[in-house]
Amino acid sequence: MMPRWIVPIVAALTLAMSVSAHAATIQITMENLVISPAETSAKVGDTIEWINKDIFVHTATARNGDWDVTMPPKKTVTLVLKKAGTVEYYCRFHPNMKATLVIAP
Amino acid sequence: MFVRLSAAIAAVSLLSSAALAQGAKPTDPQIAHIAYTAGVIDIAAAKQALSKTSNKDVKAFAEDMVRDHEAVNKQALDLVKKLKVTPEDNDTSKTLSKNAAAKLAELAKLKGAEFDKAYVANEVAYHKAVDSALETTLIPNANNAELKSLLQTGLKIFQGHEQHAEHVAAALK
Repeated sequence: MMPRWIVPIVAALTLAMSVSAHAATIQITMENLVISPAETSAKVGDTIEWINKDIFVHTATARNGDWDVTMPPKKTVTLVLKKAGTVEYYCRFHPNMKATLVIAP
Repeated sequence: MFVRLSAAIAAVSLLSSAALAQGAKPTDPQIAHIAYTAGVIDIAAAKQALSKTSNKDVKAFAEDMVRDHEAVNKQALDLVKKLKVTPEDNDTSKTLSKNAAAKLAELAKLKGAEFDKAYVANEVAYHKAVDSALETTLIPNANNAELKSLLQTGLKIFQGHEQHAEHVAAALK
């Protein structure tokens, strides 16, 4: 018999698990100074995995200031999306690298 | 404008004529040496700028130069080690180093906004010259596929530097 106080915790955990089951991990590659795909669709709660295949440091910097992620050479960095919107982002060090992330609520 | 343009033309013709003066096409060990030397020169120029400038844009530009050129040169060293190639000194590398030393000495005498302008103007000209040498001489003559690919990555990143330098130069006017 489960003590009564455990029930809401179990319920909360079950809920959290079912929510995370819906969240996706989306990969975006930075290679040879190009971000691909150039446009990605995602949802709030999804995880973006930026894979930097270059020998250079890159950033994924949102033009609206929402986030600024730095990727060391040959490393992958993740970000959980928290806010909906169409976000244009670029690499601060190599501004020719540009892409768009369309985040649905 | 004219001064900058003529500096660029002088630098370009210097690079290509020095390379052509050898008569034969540069070999892979020579190409590796030229590319590495070109990187070392720009890192030295950037470090001089970092020690002299107080302009935010110039500082950010110089930091980018150090970071990117060190990354390319590290990759170049790893590659020559892997290929067991010894970079070979040559007339082009020697001319590049000699001119760079003269430029460093010239810039060392300048201060403040005068230094900033001269440094950035030289960066525009220098990257133009290096990009042109990569496009017309170094990349076409590279035999090893990995060396060629690294030079192509270098060209792409240096073209970005050239644009960046042009923006900073325009903002300094």
